[in-house]
Amino acid sequence: MCIGVPCQIVRIHDQMATIEIGGTQREVCLDLLIDESETRVGDFVIIHAGFAIQRINAQEAEETLQLLKEMME
Amino acid sequence: MKYVDEFRDATIAQKLINRIQRFKFNRKVRFMEVCGSHTVAIYKSGMRNLLPDIDLISGPGCPVCVTSALDIDRTIQLTRMPDTILATFGDMIRVPGSSSSLQNEISQGAEVKVVYSSYDALKIAEDNPGKRVVFLAVGFETTSPTIAAAILQAEKKGLENFSILSYHKLIPPAMKALLTGEQVHIDGFICPGHVSVIIGSKPYEFIPQQYHLPAAITGFEPVDILHALFMMMAQIKENRPAVEIPYSRAVKPEGNPMAIQRLYEVFEPSEAKWRGLGVIADSGLKLRRRFQKYDATQYYDLSVAESSDPPGCECGSILKGLKKPSECPLFASVCNPSRPIGPCMVSSEGSCAAAYKYG
Ligand code: SF4
Repeated sequence: MCIGVPCQIVRIHDQMATIEIGGTQREVCLDLLIDESETRVGDFVIIHAGFAIQRINAQEAEETLQLLKEMME
Repeated sequence: MKYVDEFRDATIAQKLINRIQRFKFNRKVRFMEVCGSHTVAIYKSGMRNLLPDIDLISGPGCPVCVTSALDIDRTIQLTRMPDTILATFGDMIRVPGSSSSLQNEISQGAEVKVVYSSYDALKIAEDNPGKRVVFLAVGFETTSPTIAAAILQAEKKGLENFSILSYHKLIPPAMKALLTGEQVHIDGFICPGHVSVIIGSKPYEFIPQQYHLPAAITGFEPVDILHALFMMMAQIKENRPAVEIPYSRAVKPEGNPMAIQRLYEVFEPSEAKWRGLGVIADSGLKLRRRFQKYDATQYYDLSVAESSDPPGCECGSILKGLKKPSECPLFASVCNPSRPIGPCMVSSEGSCAAAYKYG
């Protein structure tokens, strides 16, 4: 049911988006994204049971990795 | 793959392991994860063997597994009714009830359709106006907003032949029940990543506040999980329990307000029966009065005489963290993925299936 890895949006049409996962494309619904109007092609989203439930925050990802690297020095 | 490879980095992982190993508490520290995807990720990574001072145990995190035999039996009962189509996620098909399974009913002619999303079930209802289409609604807070969205769509479209069996479960009340039950010793919780995408961090605050225990919400790559373990060890060491979010690239403290709003517009908390954990107050979801006509139990008598778990199956104890899969006498020998006895072996997210595949 759960796809653990973030998927990239390749197309957006109405309230739906086409995402790519492992070389295949799937349609997902954007109805549960609060800022769905700000969702863009190229964004990474978390998918669950046919719905995008969150966009990945690129800055947070970067900061986490940075923190880990500094911490481990 | 972006946001995946970086969090599988072997150098960072090794350094985290070294740092975790430096904490010494003169006893094994025991952390529980309550998410099927974490269970699989932990087994797959083999990190248990690398962390001798930490005992990682699985809790009630597999939605298929926690569904009670009674609810499976009711669902089976429903598929025997005339002019009825059951729509379900694929994972539920092989789960054994007291004396049958959906798979078995299909071979007897029941109309059961596997869907990928709740909207697929709406489509089936639209395509079959002469039949009642019932969606088997299982899953945690990650899934229930998608079902709520479907109910709102059904209302908008005036779809009269669509309804659901609401067997949803809420994760924080189950965590609380485990802590109050005191049957199993827990030093901290690895909180589920994608449930938390929806609910955020607030619903776990009772863990540090009432139980003075650490918690960390994390993702599914080895670095994510090790990062969470490191944070919780540090919390114990410094005696400052809190809910931390190493998975901040996906989880905001407030969660996903849109999903929460839809979820509670359609549903309200209700009592629910969990496999292993029994009945827990306010740990399930029922449709609000406005949406009562989408409750399948209004149209069917689903009383079943008596329900029982598969004989010899230890899923109940495993879901409470009291036993490990290898402690079930049927594990691997009698029960395996090609001939599963209990739901923890049926579901790919179940502890027994993960232990069999990667253990
Ligand atoms: S090994 Fe099979 S029978 Fe034993 S607890 Fe797991 S699912 Fe149940």
